[in-house]
Amino acid sequence: MTAGIEQLSCQELVELVTNYLERALPEGERASFEDHIQRCTGCHEYVEQMRATIQLTGSLSPADVSSEAERTLIAAFRNWKAG
Amino acid sequence: MDDGRLIAALRARDESAFEELMREYNASLLRVAQIYVPSRAVAEEVLQETWIGVLNGIDRFEGRSSLKTWIFRILTNIAKTRGQREGRTLPFSALERPDAVPEAAVEPDRFLAPDHERWPGHWAAKPEPWPEERLLAAESRAVVEGAIDRLPPAQRAVISLRDVEGWSSDETCNALGVTETNQRVLLHRARSKVRQALEDYLSEAR
Repeated sequence: MTAGIEQLSCQELVELVTNYLERALPEGERASFEDHIQRCTGCHEYVEQMRATIQLTGSLSPADVSSEAERTLIAAFRNWKAG
Repeated sequence: MDDGRLIAALRARDESAFEELMREYNASLLRVAQIYVPSRAVAEEVLQETWIGVLNGIDRFEGRSSLKTWIFRILTNIAKTRGQREGRTLPFSALERPDAVPEAAVEPDRFLAPDHERWPGHWAAKPEPWPEERLLAAESRAVVEGAIDRLPPAQRAVISLRDVEGWSSDETCNALGVTETNQRVLLHRARSKVRQALEDYLSEAR
């Protein structure tokens, strides 16, 4: 493995993080990416922070629809059922 | 309940099946509606029209797509029409050409200049590890929520479906009618901004 920090700059790497995490990087780029984060503490930390961000976002509860809107919808359902 | 049973229950006018569907999809439907219409209030009206469309169409639904995809398609059509009527320019570019306006995941001044003799594009100010206990505190979640609320609507919809609701990339692309590539661009920008908001918050002195 010769690809390394020289081939992929940190500034370029941060733009590839989502493609990396989504497994959408072509094999060669994926190898350079992994090689880079093994050697570069800044980028290693950056990827960890993205993972932590995703995890934290996943712990949010989905937004609620107002109970008024929900009541209107149930009324619409009953109306439909009756009609 | 799976699609087949939900469809049968709806056709039988089963109110609890309708409630189950609403609970499952309302939050996501609202997020997607807000891509096209200017306010939360209008989005709630679109939501109502959508469910009425679903109920009126369910007897004729042929199941050529999943129930979910079908519901989101109804929503998108209604929301687009409503957005036009509200005089909102449709955000086609946001969904179809998100790359048209470049956006950096990290501010360029965090990196050494491209002509730096030894480390071009290398971190000038590299990310520091986040304090675990502050990351896990409720305030950090509020920071994430605030950052998501401030995102442009298309980015907000994608991160809400993917990371809050936990949908797959396929499901999200189908619901939004967006390509895989564009979905990833939107997700990337959304996640990058939320990370930045967390970094800003966590690097403040307590």
